[in-house]
Amino acid sequence: MNAQNVDKKPRVKRETKNRIRVEFDRTPLKDRLKAKFLSFHFVAKVVLWIFRLVLLIGISYVVLFPFITKIVGSVMAPEDFVDVTVRLIPKHFTLDTYRAIITDLDYWDAFMNTFTLSFTTAIIQTFICCLVGYGFAKFKFRGRNIIFMLVMLTMVVPHQTLQLSMFTKFSEFDVLGIVRLLKGGGIQIFGWNVKDIGPGVADFFENLDVLPDEIKWGQYITSRGATRWKVAMAVSENGIDLCETYFPMILLSLTGLAFKNGLYIFLLRQFFRGIPDELEESAYMDGSGTFRTFMQIILPLSVPMMITVFLFAFCWQWTDTFYTQMFITSSETKLLSQIVEVPVSLQDSSFEGQAIYESAIKNTCGLMIIFPLVVLYAFCQRFLVQGIEHSGIAN
Amino acid sequence: MTKDVTMKSVKAPKSRKIASLDRRKSRSGWFFILPFLIGFLVIYLPMIYESIYLSFGEMVNVKGEFKYNFVGLANYKEAILTYTTTSGQTFVEVLINGLKSLAFDLPAILIFSLFMAVMLNQKAAGRGLFRAIFFIPVVLSTGIMETIEAQNILSDTMSESIDDGSGQSASNDLVSAMDFQVLFSSMKVGTGVVNYVVQAVNNIFNIVNRSGVQMLIFLAGLQSISPAIYESCKIDGATAWETFWKITFPMISPMILVNGVYTIIDSFTVASNPVMSFISGVYKENDILSSAMAWIYFVIVILIVAIIASVLSAFVFYQRKND
Repeated sequence: MNAQNVDKKPRVKRETKNRIRVEFDRTPLKDRLKAKFLSFHFVAKVVLWIFRLVLLIGISYVVLFPFITKIVGSVMAPEDFVDVTVRLIPKHFTLDTYRAIITDLDYWDAFMNTFTLSFTTAIIQTFICCLVGYGFAKFKFRGRNIIFMLVMLTMVVPHQTLQLSMFTKFSEFDVLGIVRLLKGGGIQIFGWNVKDIGPGVADFFENLDVLPDEIKWGQYITSRGATRWKVAMAVSENGIDLCETYFPMILLSLTGLAFKNGLYIFLLRQFFRGIPDELEESAYMDGSGTFRTFMQIILPLSVPMMITVFLFAFCWQWTDTFYTQMFITSSETKLLSQIVEVPVSLQDSSFEGQAIYESAIKNTCGLMIIFPLVVLYAFCQRFLVQGIEHSGIAN
Repeated sequence: MTKDVTMKSVKAPKSRKIASLDRRKSRSGWFFILPFLIGFLVIYLPMIYESIYLSFGEMVNVKGEFKYNFVGLANYKEAILTYTTTSGQTFVEVLINGLKSLAFDLPAILIFSLFMAVMLNQKAAGRGLFRAIFFIPVVLSTGIMETIEAQNILSDTMSESIDDGSGQSASNDLVSAMDFQVLFSSMKVGTGVVNYVVQAVNNIFNIVNRSGVQMLIFLAGLQSISPAIYESCKIDGATAWETFWKITFPMISPMILVNGVYTIIDSFTVASNPVMSFISGVYKENDILSSAMAWIYFVIVILIVAIIASVLSAFVFYQRKND
């Protein structure tokens, strides 16, 4: 407002008994707009806003571009790949690639198998990591820090380091020689067997043989009409052969040793630390035990965090190749991570753009593998930040 | 009152001790971590023991049966000194390259994820959408997708501006060193910095892919800073720049330590790491040698984590809680 305007006082006119009219001179619209939009502050704000938006969109593009090319490539007909004029918009739209993958590569079988595996292990991992994380967060006991260091150790040692011993461990799985004992193999201590003492002792242990040579259950018929066992494990004196089943992954999950479980335990521990102790104290006063308190009071509070951990565990197991390729090698149990190949009906070596076409097919396989994850992610992503936000890692 | 009297008259059994709440709580603590403890003792420790034990020996085929033979440090010597792949790579070379790329990636990932977290933390339209997009790689670009991406020629072909027929095109790079040299020539910064920035920008996909969890942790840290501090800064007339360096940065420094350690561990143990894939390659032909290499690698990782953690923790600011 300039001085001129200040001098003129607003004029008040009484129109009727209950109504007044105030007349005053406003600053002209032009001046007001000038003051608002030509100030340094406003310009700086707009420039920053644009800069930020451009940057965010640019990085989103970097993230999304591989997915866009995959989607485009998946609906392009083979002739589009040799056509120079075709870039990101296909000329000949086709769904043959999807059709071939679903029929030739037994997509639904693989999907169901992977779902069973990922869902089971993710649920177990979430629960076990909650338990362990809660134990570290809320209870004081001797050696707590040392054991927590051990958790960190399992995270630091790459599982590839243990590849060989992990494979032998689970292909001859035996806990403390129990399987050996029940299979009539006697008790073995550092390579020396108690059974070797004498014929009488040997007979005694032979008679202990109570386990069958093969454990199997759950016969089912695949979509191709073949009959399969859901689980078939050979049992010998050396232990149970857990390969070709999901048990190695399930056992690792049950003990909090599966992929990245150290990270989950760490995150959950930080989260539980943020929950005020008074909550549990009052539950204890009311006579609730620690486990019941955990199940009925703590877990319902930590749903966002649990969903975050579940999402990670599920997705990382879904796309995992390390464990599945180590333990599940036969073609009988097919998993999604093993269907990345070119379907027979699409193989054509005479076609000149075959290399790029095959790459597109493999990318389509990838798309179909992650499609369920995209759906899951769309539902869970809002919990992702929410869960971590409340974890109070800062403290 | 009468109730109290009757209760007193009942004799409590003398021999039974009732554990105090603390005792019971510490016992429950053991109960809660029991799954991990059992797993560690029954599964993990034997695996570690066996892996180390195997790396000090060799398997000899004696009449169709494999026997273990202790050879001391021979495997380690072979891994470091003599072993070369068919393509002529030695373990030490691969190791040094891996460390170099870590030295490059670590600052890039930390700076990028902090920067993005600060941006995503500002209240603005579309924040939820951008967040959702940025965390896609953490969830989706792992395992099998990484393998597909490694041999993917599709995106390259599609982003080529001119098809020169060779299938290889330099136009894929977002920027070239030349652009930056022009930009920086008047700023008196060395070529080292220029090259670093150029490499980082061209590597952006890789960096974005690998900084998801870090971004998440930084975001959590930023959320936990009390808005009252920012408000008082604003009242005192601090600029956004000052606020960032004087408030946000110190408050978030514990997270930088956590993220630094996480990044090192993550980039060392991810399957696409050149050293890891080298070891996996060796595993297929000589599994014992690969164990030896993996243990050498592990010791180096631990050393680096210890060094970086101690260096970073010197700069960490811890807010005192009871003030």
